[in-house]
Amino acid sequence: MVRNEWICGEYLRSRSSLLFEAIAEHVWITVLSVTIGLLLALPLALLARRYRRLEWFVVGTTTALYTIPSLALFSLLLPLTGFTAITVVVGLVLYSLTILVRNVLEGLRSVPADVRESAVGMGYGSTRLLFGVELPLALPSVLAGLRIATVSTVALTTVGAIIDVGGLGNLLLEAVNTQFRPQVLVASVLCVALAVAFDLLLVALQRVLTPWTRTRTAS
Amino acid sequence: MIGEVVAWFQDPANWQGEEGVWNRLVEHSLLTLTATLAAVLIGLPIAVWLGHIGKGGVLAVNISNVGRAIPTFAVLLLLSIGPLGADYLGPYGRAGLATLVALVLFALPPIITNAYVAIREVDRDTVEAAQGMGMRGAQLLRRVELPLALPLIIAGIRLAVVQVWATATIAALVAGPGLGRIITLGFRRQDLPEVIAGALVVAVLALVLEALMVGLQRLCDPVARARRTHGLDSGKDRPGSIVGAGATS
Repeated sequence: MVRNEWICGEYLRSRSSLLFEAIAEHVWITVLSVTIGLLLALPLALLARRYRRLEWFVVGTTTALYTIPSLALFSLLLPLTGFTAITVVVGLVLYSLTILVRNVLEGLRSVPADVRESAVGMGYGSTRLLFGVELPLALPSVLAGLRIATVSTVALTTVGAIIDVGGLGNLLLEAVNTQFRPQVLVASVLCVALAVAFDLLLVALQRVLTPWTRTRTAS
Repeated sequence: MIGEVVAWFQDPANWQGEEGVWNRLVEHSLLTLTATLAAVLIGLPIAVWLGHIGKGGVLAVNISNVGRAIPTFAVLLLLSIGPLGADYLGPYGRAGLATLVALVLFALPPIITNAYVAIREVDRDTVEAAQGMGMRGAQLLRRVELPLALPLIIAGIRLAVVQVWATATIAALVAGPGLGRIITLGFRRQDLPEVIAGALVVAVLALVLEALMVGLQRLCDPVARARRTHGLDSGKDRPGSIVGAGATS
């Protein structure tokens, strides 16, 4: 511990419970943010699809939000949501919307018009058309967006450390003062590993939910 | 709260000196400009060449996925407590070198991915027509592929600028330079109006920068320009921003 080498087995052994705590916080912040983002992106994309003028507004607003640096966005949310996890989650939801709204919209637009017409011809109502035909066919694009949003969210969560809700980012910020190298390396590696793990999970989900895209690329 | 933030901006002491807005703004702008230029000079030739010869696509496209997965905060910290150190670097401020290197690393992926895709997406019929007219290699690249790919290439640079501006803000978390310092200093002093004021400066300038880059992108679209000056109507929209969407973290 004294030599401050990058790699230190003793650190892993003595701090494993702190590390697990940080990982757990990182995971729930990411999962919660992306889930809320997806739940909001669906109605927003549907609104944008129905009303052209709203599309411009929704896509423009989310793109603008995306350009605001995370440190600034979290800070600007403080007067509204205070020094709580809500601030970080709201910020991350806003970022994820940029990608998710765009991909849901793109997915819905990729549904061939004749497929939609056949469904209507078979007597599908608008709700059944959406959930039975359009959304399933939009899934590849939605899942692609979900992967990008999730991986970005894992990385961005670290900045939440500024209000002590940053998962592994908290360990990074702590190490700014202590200059303790093993902690920086371990937290960084775990953060990237977490992003990769989430991505692999979503790839697996992609394979289960959209088996037709796999056969198409295989043939 | 609003009154206190306004008061913060009205206090001339907050604008002067090393901790003042002006100095931080100079640091931040210099960092953004230098890192973006360096990334363009390094990344663009490689990506354009790979696109031209049609090789290295997997690498050029996946580099953006890798870039997204890596937290900027971690890289800034690793570099500043690592071999590059946190020494002052002229007008770039504390940990200037570590910050610059981190910024360039995060500016490269969007530039490389977009430039590669841009060159590959140039209409193949157009390229074949140019080849039929006797254009080869560098001439084909310079006179046909590059002009048509330009809007998407600029879209990549635009994403890089946004990324660099945001990452430069986070540099303050590792005691680095830039406008983020106003925010972190506010946190340390538990001075919320200062935090908000710093965040406002960072956010508003990010939006201004984005607007400028969007303008530049429009200006560089040869198809749109031809349509404007010659009244051409080619009807079909270019893929432009679709590939550019969400390519950064």
